[in-house]
Formats: sequence, C-alpha cells, structure tokens
Amino acid sequence: MKKYFPSIALVLMALIPFLGLNSYLMHILILVIMWSVIGMAWNLLGGYCGQVSFGHAAFFGVGAYTSGMLYSKLGISGWWGVPASIVVVTVFALVIGYICLRLRGPYFALATLSIGVILRIVAENLVQVTGGDLGIMIRERSWIEKTWYYYIILAIAALSFMLIKQVIGSKLGYYFVAIREDQDAAESLGINTTLYKTIALCLSGVITGFAGAFYTNYMGYIDPKVVFALHDISIIAIMVVMVGGVATFSGPIIGAIIMVILAEAIRSIPMLGTAHHTFFGILLIVIIIFLPNGIVGDFPKLKRLVGLARRPS
Amino acid sequence: MSFLEIRKVSRFFGGIAAIKDVSFDVRKGEILGLIGPNGAGKTTMFNVVNGFYHPSRGEVYFKDQKVSGFKPHQICRRGIARTFQVVKPLQRMSVLDNVIASSFLRAKDKNQAVEIARESLQFTGLYEDRDVISRRLPLGKRKRLEIARALATQPELLLLDESFAGLNPAELDESIGIIRKIKDRGITIMIIEHHMKVIMAISDRIVVLNYGEKIAEGTPLQIRSSPLVVEAYLGEAQSA
Repeated sequence: MKKYFPSIALVLMALIPFLGLNSYLMHILILVIMWSVIGMAWNLLGGYCGQVSFGHAAFFGVGAYTSGMLYSKLGISGWWGVPASIVVVTVFALVIGYICLRLRGPYFALATLSIGVILRIVAENLVQVTGGDLGIMIRERSWIEKTWYYYIILAIAALSFMLIKQVIGSKLGYYFVAIREDQDAAESLGINTTLYKTIALCLSGVITGFAGAFYTNYMGYIDPKVVFALHDISIIAIMVVMVGGVATFSGPIIGAIIMVILAEAIRSIPMLGTAHHTFFGILLIVIIIFLPNGIVGDFPKLKRLVGLARRPS
Repeated sequence: MSFLEIRKVSRFFGGIAAIKDVSFDVRKGEILGLIGPNGAGKTTMFNVVNGFYHPSRGEVYFKDQKVSGFKPHQICRRGIARTFQVVKPLQRMSVLDNVIASSFLRAKDKNQAVEIARESLQFTGLYEDRDVISRRLPLGKRKRLEIARALATQPELLLLDESFAGLNPAELDESIGIIRKIKDRGITIMIIEHHMKVIMAISDRIVVLNYGEKIAEGTPLQIRSSPLVVEAYLGEAQSA
C-alpha cells in the first residue's frame, strides 16, 4: 500500500483542477508544488549528500533568467527555458562546484551564500544582457487560466520526485549518504568524493533551475531581487526541507505545504509588513530545538507530544 | 618485484618530520606488523600509503606502479583498503548499508553489491547486526565493521590501524581469528598494533618505527631480541 501512495497522490493531484477552485487557491497550490520541487532539489544536495547550500537562489535565478532571456533576446517562447535550463544550469553548476566543493561544511555554505548574492549583483548590473533592475517582462501570457500552469509544474514535480527516488535507491544514493556521514571514510572506500559531490550539485541545481524557468513563465515577470533573493528563495528552500524533514522523500512536500500556507497567512496580517520574516526565524528556531529531523523525520516524537497534550483534558 | 614498496619516504608537517627516509617492502601474502611508540609515525605511514598524505620525499610503489600522489579513492580502486584507528562508521546508516556503500566499488549492480556486502558481514561475524544503525554498535563491533567495509572493496592489500585496541579478551580472539582467515584468502595485511602479544603471534615480519625512523625490521623473534628495539619500545612490554 505504501508503495503505491505516491502514484495515488499524483492521480488525486491531477484531478484537483476539476474541482473548479478559484484562481487564488490554484495559485497557492501551484506555489506549494513549485516549492516542493525546490525543496526536493535542495534535499538531494543538502539532506542526502550533506552539502548545505545557502545559495540555491543562484540555480533558481539562472533557470529563471534562461527562460526570460530566451524570450527577451531570441523572441521565442519562455517555455523553451525549461529544457534549455538543463544545459545552462549544468554548466553553471560545474563552475560553482569546481570553486565551492573543495570547501567543507560551513565554508561550503558561506561560499554558496556569496554566489547567490554575487549573481544578483551581476544580474542587476549587466543591463545590456539581463535588463538590470527593470527585469524581464513576458508580455504574452500563455494562458489566463491557471490549469495548464498547474499541470506543467505538477509534471515537473512528479518527474523530479521519480528521478530523486531512483537516484537515492541506486549506487549514487549510497555514495551521497556516505559522503554526508564521513567524507574521509568515503574517500578511502574508493568513492571519488569530488565527482559525486559534483553530480549531486548538478542534479540539485538542474531541478531547482526547472522551478526557476517555470516561475518566469508563470509569473510573467522576473527581476534580480526576486529570483536571486537570499531570504525569499535560498533560506526558504532550506526551511522547507528543515520543517518537512531532512533526507526524507515526503519531507520537502510537507514542508512546502506548511511554508507556503504560513507565508500567505502571515502576509495577510496587515500590521506586520516585512516583519513576517521574524516569524520564519522563530519557527526555524522552534523546529531546530524540538523537531531537529523535521515533521516527517520526527513524526513518532510529534505524535507522542500531541498524545501527551491530549491526556490531561 | 615487490608487492608494496616504500622507497625513502619522508613526510614533514611544518618543519617536523613525522617520518624520515623510511624504506621497506611488504611481500605478497604476508602479515607485516608496524610497531613503535606513540608518535612514531605509524598512522602517518598508513596515510601516505592510502593517499591521504602525499610523501614530502620518496615514493610508494604498489605492484610496480607508483601510487604516491594518487588520491585515496584511486588507491582503493587499485586494491589497497584501510581501516581507521578512530573508527569512522557512516553513523546514520545501517551496518549493511555501510558495507554496501563500499561494495559498490567492484559490483556491477545493486544486487551484486548487496551480495558482496552480505558475504563480507558473514565473514566478519556481523551479519546478525546488519540492520542496526551503526552508531548504536558497541566499539568492538564498530572495529569489525571497519574491517568488513574494507574487505567489501575486495582489496589485495589491507591496512589495519589498531583494529584490536579497546577490545575485551573474547573479542580479541575473535578478531585474531578473522585476521588469520583474511590471510588465508590470500590478502596481504599490514597492521599497526600496540598489543604486543597479538602482533608477535600473527605477524610474519615486523617493522619498527621510532621518532619517524625505521630502527628495525625482521621476524618477531629477531625483533624481540634486537637491543635497539628493546631500548626504544619493548623494554616495558617484556618485563610485564
């Protein structure tokens, strides 16, 4: 039964547009699925391979700009950005990997953080190429209705899920986890740690790039501050996985549901303004203290806590 | 030709020589003991052979091919596996998964990797513990997991770094039995050990290091009667 759960969930998800939800709810669903994709991608690199990235916005942004620039420079549909981002993001990830993957632990995290920021500044200043602060606007929207966008991101999510599941069950997965647990031991067991960390980075980057390319086409507008955002993309990518459950298949999905809904709910409190980031900070602290393995990873503990809370009443 | 040849190897850290101009051979099929007081450079020697350190001077040849300068994973692929003195299990993986992660090196697919891993666990007597998360294993079994993992890479030369330290007498006997069985499979062993009774009993030949220099080489009997060795190291052990 458990084996078929993802397929059943996928079928149910595919039926959702027939419910005739309003476009706001569809928008929320699309965001949830998009964040699941980013979370799954981050989880592959950070959760399984142990290389904690604070700069996934870099991959998201490169994917987004691949789409945007295909449209603005070549005048072809931005959707070509989805396949094209595979090549562009892979090349980009190889360069980043060459620079950053020789660093370990917190140093890797800091290096990736800076890459995200550097790319934002580059995109802001290469006005000829990227349009600078003005960003890129896709003038002809593909569809007014959300349905097709929903199906496209659902397809991307399903493919990413299957790909990651396949990878984790294979030799690659064992090697990734071995590298996470002890890089020196992995190396002396004959694992080319540099090579496999690079593979993890490329896979993770490409999947994140898909989400970025989708974002451009879906939102119809990108600018450097949005797609290379440190707090709104890089940090949220980490939180989605931390909240849901590190190194679990369903963790990023659960995390995305919670984070997107929470973000919407908090944003709708009018007095708060930009202080809503504070809430995420507090949430992260609470999660790290009480559920260090996330909701999925610490589910038995969570059940116990809830069980304890119920008993006195 | 010799199997493993250490040629005039030195390794400096800053200005200090951890090993100085050390040369010796390991012959195919033998158990070579590497002994010496703390800080003599034994583990540094392993790290040089295994590729974690590159020698500052000198070379290491394995089956007539120069391996010094290679990375650890390249050296492992060529047939040299090692264990660590401070055990490095893949903590949050099960015992079986630990060994599968290393058996993939020679396996064509996952089924074969699982098979090699199972065999390696049965050989080291850890098969009953295959589903235990490895950080929950007691030290004795973790030491054996190190051996199982190294064996799963199907090495020709096995470097054992204090695989007996901290074991109780029963575990000690078991581990000695395992080492003998490994030798019977035709795998050459180089072993670092402080436990004198063990090293004298199982080694075919012994190399003694002191302050980074080789001070003696020979059969256990020769080593026991070498005045230099007794002075540097064995004095206390023999009076015990």
